[in-house]
Amino acid sequence: MSGQLDDGPGVELLRTMWRIRAFEERVGQLARANEVHGLVHLSSGSEGVAAGVCGQLRADDVVYSNHRAHGHAIAKGAPLAGVMAELMGRDGGLCRGMGGSMHLVDVAHGFLGATGVVGGNVPLALGSALAGRLAGGDQVAVVFFGDGAVQGGIFVESVNLATLWELPVILVCENNGFAEFTPRSAHTNVERVSDVVAPYGLERETVDGNDVGAVRETFARFLAAARAGGGPALLECLTHRLRGHYEGDPQLYREALAAEEWQQLDPILRFQRRGLEEGWLDADAPARLEQEAADEVEEAVRVARESPFPPAGLTAELVYAP
Amino acid sequence: MAHELPYIAAIGEAISEEMERDESVLYFGQNIATHEEDPFLKQFGPDRVRVTPISETAEIGMAVGVSIAGFRPVVELYMAEFMLVAMDQVVNEANRFHYMSGGQVKVPLVMKAGYGFTAGWAGQHTGTIYGMFMGVPGLKVVVPSTAADAKGLMTTAIRDDNPVAYFHHYLLTLEHGEVPDGEYAVPFGRANVARKGGDVTIVGIGWTVPRALAAAEQLAADGVDAEVIDPRTLNPLDVDTILESVAKTGRLVVVDQSTRHGSAAAVIAAEAADAGFGSLKAPVKLVTALEATVPYSEPMEQYLMPDDPKIVNAVQQVLGNAPVAA
Repeated sequence: MSGQLDDGPGVELLRTMWRIRAFEERVGQLARANEVHGLVHLSSGSEGVAAGVCGQLRADDVVYSNHRAHGHAIAKGAPLAGVMAELMGRDGGLCRGMGGSMHLVDVAHGFLGATGVVGGNVPLALGSALAGRLAGGDQVAVVFFGDGAVQGGIFVESVNLATLWELPVILVCENNGFAEFTPRSAHTNVERVSDVVAPYGLERETVDGNDVGAVRETFARFLAAARAGGGPALLECLTHRLRGHYEGDPQLYREALAAEEWQQLDPILRFQRRGLEEGWLDADAPARLEQEAADEVEEAVRVARESPFPPAGLTAELVYAP
Repeated sequence: MAHELPYIAAIGEAISEEMERDESVLYFGQNIATHEEDPFLKQFGPDRVRVTPISETAEIGMAVGVSIAGFRPVVELYMAEFMLVAMDQVVNEANRFHYMSGGQVKVPLVMKAGYGFTAGWAGQHTGTIYGMFMGVPGLKVVVPSTAADAKGLMTTAIRDDNPVAYFHHYLLTLEHGEVPDGEYAVPFGRANVARKGGDVTIVGIGWTVPRALAAAEQLAADGVDAEVIDPRTLNPLDVDTILESVAKTGRLVVVDQSTRHGSAAAVIAAEAADAGFGSLKAPVKLVTALEATVPYSEPMEQYLMPDDPKIVNAVQQVLGNAPVAA
């Protein structure tokens, strides 16, 4: 896919990003109202990465995600009601309420799962990539992780193995500049994640993650190469975490962006400006897309609220596979 | 029909037969298939038999991922302690995925780990650490004590749809035994009554099963008829067979090579006290290693371990024939 965007992919990217934004903002409200009762990490501000990457994947391509997983799951096709019901701990949730926000899995859409321990998901994606290859297919595995995961040994071990075995896995780092509550400078002297992997000889690039077009274009190149047997790649997306590490984080460690500054950075607003300038977006489309997303999310909330909590017997049923 | 094999070869036979039977079975590990004449490599090829770097976390994590995708990897870990390097994958990813996904995925993974090598391998390669994994939901724990069980439990481990930590004892490596020919599967959660007796129940685990049997022979010379039970798997644990035996004998000694607190022996004793207190005629005795790291020096190593005389002494205590303070 070239950088060419017409009203097909361009509008579809906007639709996905608005869907994620509306979903995350609504989850934030529901968390404050205690309808979503547990630990949640929102991805508002990083929608461009999820949309730019997942929108190009096939259903049989696999995505692994981390604790900040809602956007990745939605972009990979997980139904909003299933995700929302999961966050509310309901039986109708993707994982029947047993996983929650940090452990979303939707096998039907190739979303093999989110894991809650930083870096723990990276080798899992290698396994999926190997499985696809052994089965003779051309599937690609993608794993999302934050810049905080890169300082862990598991990351380096996985990069080593992925390159050694030339596995079709694309490592997508969402570098939002903060690892939980501290800036990257408190974790490492290496500024760019793409530099960390330099000796392994894989394709690597750092892009502006708030520019969904740039994410899409670079990822398309890596995806085509991995599918054709070219081995792994690393895409570092510089992005921004609009909200705290978790919902309720007082964020004493940073100052909020000024509203005007965020207007310039916001991946959705930026892409809408581009669409209007390039003429593939109608003037009334932004408001319409935002409203449609809000309506879809409200419908998901309605469906989720109607779902019962899981039965107590589910615990014993699920500890072991039969 | 059966044939005689050393314990370690019986494990290899199960892996080989399962790889032959089922193409989804893979074999990963450090130092496996190091030369072209390796039988696994020759028979199954480099796609299915893979040498990994010394990267336990990525190795086990990758195996978890490949099993979620439908394959059945056996990961060769050599030393059980190497699993500790990858604890997040072993006790926080592999075992939880089926459950946390609401049953959407399965993780049919075998982690083959040798343990208990108290033969001068010192403090970091001799641990008897299966107890650590017993309370991990979603993970199965296997501890064969004979060549036949080593084969049969490996077959079952490979066919099981859950992650299995398969602990084989290094001091049993070359112990020979009769092994059934062809496909042979020993079900999980079914203890083996290794010796029948009516006076006292001795539960052994792994290498302490032959120790308990040797002690039982000594006791028989003194007119004590001991029943010896080998649980064979610790998760699931066949509590019923132990309770049935205790109901018959009224006395229980549990022998475990691991340190005492947090051990499988302590769990078995607690289960017996919880559900079988009414049948006990004496307090349950535990015969375990001392609460210490295994020392290098040979006499010191033996001092630390449970052995036949310690088992005999414990049995005499529960029978009221020996002073309680040893």
